[in-house]
Amino acid sequence: MNEKAKNKQVINFTIDGRPVQAEPGWTVLETARQYGFHIPTLCYHEAVSPSGACRLCVVEAREGKWSKVVISCMYPPYEGVEILTDSPRVQNVRKWILELLLAECPASKEIRELAAEYGVHSTRFEIKNPTEQCVLCGLCVRVCDEIVGVRALSFGSRGTSKRVTTPYMVPSEACVACGCCVAVCPTGAMKSRLDQVRGDLAERIGHAHG
Amino acid sequence: MNQAAIDLDFILDKYPGEPRYLISLLQDVQAEYGYISPEAMSSICDHVMVPISRAWSVATFYKSFSLEPKGEHEIRVCLGTACHLKGGERIAEGLEMELGVQRGETTDDLKFTLETVNCLGACALAPVVMVDDDYIGGARLSAVRRYLKKM
Amino acid sequence: MMPRVENAEELRVWREELVKARDPNQPIVRVCLGPGCLAQGADKVAQAFKQTIKEKKLAVEVRPLVKETGCHGFCKIGPLVNLAPSGLFYARVKPEDVESILDLSVVKGEVIERLLYSENGTQYKTAAEIPFYKMQQKIAMRNLGIIDPLDFEDVVAAGAYQAAAKALTEMTPEEVIAEVERSGLRGRGGAGFPTGRKWRTAANALARRPGPAYIVCNGDEGDPGAFMDRAIMEGDPHSVLEGLIIGAYAIGAHEGFIYVRTEYPIAVKNLRTAIKQARELGLLGKNILGTGFDFDLQINRGAGAFVCGESTALFTSIEGKPGEPRPKYIRSAEEGLWGRPTVLNNVETLANLPGIIQNGGEWYAGIGAKGNSGTKAFSLVGKVKNVGLVEVPMGVPLSRIVEEIGGGVPGKDRFKAVQTGGPSGGCIPYELKDTSVDYDSLTKAGSMMGSGGMIVMDDRDCVVDVARYFLRFLEDESCGKCLPCRLGLKGMLEFLDRFAKGKGKIEDIDELENLAQAVKDGSLCALGGSAPNPVLTTIKYFRDEYEAHIKEKKCPAGVCKDLITYRIDPDACTGCGVCAKNCPQECITGEKKKPHVIDESLCIRCGMCLDSCRFEAVKVE
Repeated sequence: MNEKAKNKQVINFTIDGRPVQAEPGWTVLETARQYGFHIPTLCYHEAVSPSGACRLCVVEAREGKWSKVVISCMYPPYEGVEILTDSPRVQNVRKWILELLLAECPASKEIRELAAEYGVHSTRFEIKNPTEQCVLCGLCVRVCDEIVGVRALSFGSRGTSKRVTTPYMVPSEACVACGCCVAVCPTGAMKSRLDQVRGDLAERIGHAHG
Repeated sequence: MNQAAIDLDFILDKYPGEPRYLISLLQDVQAEYGYISPEAMSSICDHVMVPISRAWSVATFYKSFSLEPKGEHEIRVCLGTACHLKGGERIAEGLEMELGVQRGETTDDLKFTLETVNCLGACALAPVVMVDDDYIGGARLSAVRRYLKKM
Repeated sequence: MMPRVENAEELRVWREELVKARDPNQPIVRVCLGPGCLAQGADKVAQAFKQTIKEKKLAVEVRPLVKETGCHGFCKIGPLVNLAPSGLFYARVKPEDVESILDLSVVKGEVIERLLYSENGTQYKTAAEIPFYKMQQKIAMRNLGIIDPLDFEDVVAAGAYQAAAKALTEMTPEEVIAEVERSGLRGRGGAGFPTGRKWRTAANALARRPGPAYIVCNGDEGDPGAFMDRAIMEGDPHSVLEGLIIGAYAIGAHEGFIYVRTEYPIAVKNLRTAIKQARELGLLGKNILGTGFDFDLQINRGAGAFVCGESTALFTSIEGKPGEPRPKYIRSAEEGLWGRPTVLNNVETLANLPGIIQNGGEWYAGIGAKGNSGTKAFSLVGKVKNVGLVEVPMGVPLSRIVEEIGGGVPGKDRFKAVQTGGPSGGCIPYELKDTSVDYDSLTKAGSMMGSGGMIVMDDRDCVVDVARYFLRFLEDESCGKCLPCRLGLKGMLEFLDRFAKGKGKIEDIDELENLAQAVKDGSLCALGGSAPNPVLTTIKYFRDEYEAHIKEKKCPAGVCKDLITYRIDPDACTGCGVCAKNCPQECITGEKKKPHVIDESLCIRCGMCLDSCRFEAVKVE
């Protein structure tokens, strides 16, 4: 470590007061995980590019009097910056996101557990869809695009009407039923709607499935 | 209306076959036919070499695209800030009741499509309603209803 | 086809000849076709002038020219007509007035008094005397109302492309950047980022990574209530093109884009024509003015997404994708369109550049306030007498704009608040009416300059309702990618809806502030990041109004539907029955010619009766 410190390439900074080092190109999140700091994420997966959608991985970046809340999954650390993973501002952002998620995805066990981890057990917000599990993290879309390459899935509409869907909301001819989308989905959402994406499996593979 | 692929050549030929022209093509088809059919979307995707899922994303993301045919006349109620302060929302609600449709929808007889817009840039005349290309400035619900009845 | 201008000297000489050839006695009729006048039928007025002049044998030596110009600014009293050489300024002109104007004013030089503008008992013959105009200083809007933007001789005579020619032939790119830095020009689209610094970052990034660089004009003016950029794009498109040429030369870009929102079809049309003209003359394309500098432009139309006014979303849209912003930890000036150095400048910013290059950065820096140089165009709308477009030096107090230029609030002696900065901004209360209108002072007060929309509110406007309005607007326009915005705005609205319905709890105000802070801190882009501003400023300055909604379940301004009642004033009601006929709830009863009554238990406060009553007998309480 000391030799690396002499090497100008390495970036020295602190996380929660502890000195850490990042190699060029590392994000704060990657560095934090190397050192065993726990930062929650939903839309982050090592296999695909980061998107910065869930904002759960927020940390506070401080330098003297200046500070800013940033997402650790994409923020490039620089020499001397102080990163705080649990400051009041960070806690505030996290707790509201989790409470809002409880209302948005009431059917997701994973969200309930994640929220409970941070002391959020109930929500005051209106529950519009009691069976919803999808947080719109976009991991399924990105894996289908970047890794599998068939691009069967994408986002439709925008804002509160945004949905993960196949074109025209009918089973996609491009889907190859590989199951990667289910593998990366952080909740049970993709599993429960797989039939809508790939259609009837027997039809796809030409014979009845096991 | 069936938009056979061959009809679109005159539009497709205006743009190189690169992904960046997806939106321009969708806009030209929307302007020409009033909506984007599945066939048109497919032809455009082939021309600019993007997957259908991307075109679907784009066509449903932007408000100016419609995947359903629109009415003969388009009514646009401005809900910009100045128009809101001068009662634009009441006019929109009144027209919804009058025409029996929600904003964004078309009447059953396909005569009128009612839209709300977030600012037409004619704020000096708030509240503003546009019917096709005509402006009704300082609009009162009664005046708009009379205008529509004349059509 | 116009002949190509081969070099800067030819352009200069052409301009000189045009100016010399001008006959000072040439009668000119300038009809305003700006957004406000157009919506009041100004195109029919212009048509009437052209038609009548063609048909009649007018008793003047020279046939009057009709120029369809850009916005004159005083939209409230349009359609506007300006006559040269007399300088007569006529307001509220109708097609029926055209013949008299030609016969009396143009031919005989007589004044038609009923068409003059009067204010506070004074009648004004020329625009220059009117207080609304007297207090303005026009740089970005210098040509609006004077030139016919699509008449290239008019455009050249007004000096177009002289600054671009000077930059390309007498200055190095570095000198151009330095001049703009000296001017202190800050982005006029909202954030107020120093333009020179942005250009320098891009130029440096390009030097480090050679390849394409781009310059983009942000013509997406999405703030409801703002139409300055529309007026400039329609009324002086060549100034935008000229600004782009200057910027492209400075940073080393050879390809540019103008992103215009689709709700501005006339702006698109005029820009297209301007680009075509510029190309024909060799002012765009290869080897501009024989300098060897290549630069060309393309227009991209928006497709109905406010979020595309945000830089990364705008770029994504140009790339042919949904307009979802990207986290911006690397400046767009370094990595923008297709990962290349890209400069995004607002329409008004670009329109300021020719003046800066011609007159020097120091000239510009000498106007306005410290750190906030130059002038700014504002759209003054809402509850104000003189609605329209104004351009004033930075640093003018808010009260001057609203009260002196704007004429104050009709029927009241003071405004309640002025909303600046659109949905990203905040409300400045009357108590702070002397706030200097500049980037830094407005930000300090909790609002922001934004694109320049200034919405004046009076005591019949409810701040809870206004905060709700902006949140609903942003919720509708949110791209939906990040949770704090997609879910947080909805959550904030739930609080505000409860307040508006009289169902809020007093603790909710503090909770709402905490949620607002979380949305501000956590959002991916400035749409979500600034969405809490209207809520936070209205709570800061009008907390008692929120408390009235919660504690007393009253809406003091008489706006929030669930907290008001409609009542017919028996003294004003003539019993005509029109309201009852229009009532969708059929809850108005009364005999003919006798005062009518609303059954409050059935009334849904839709406003139909209020709207249809000609006697103002429907009262809101």
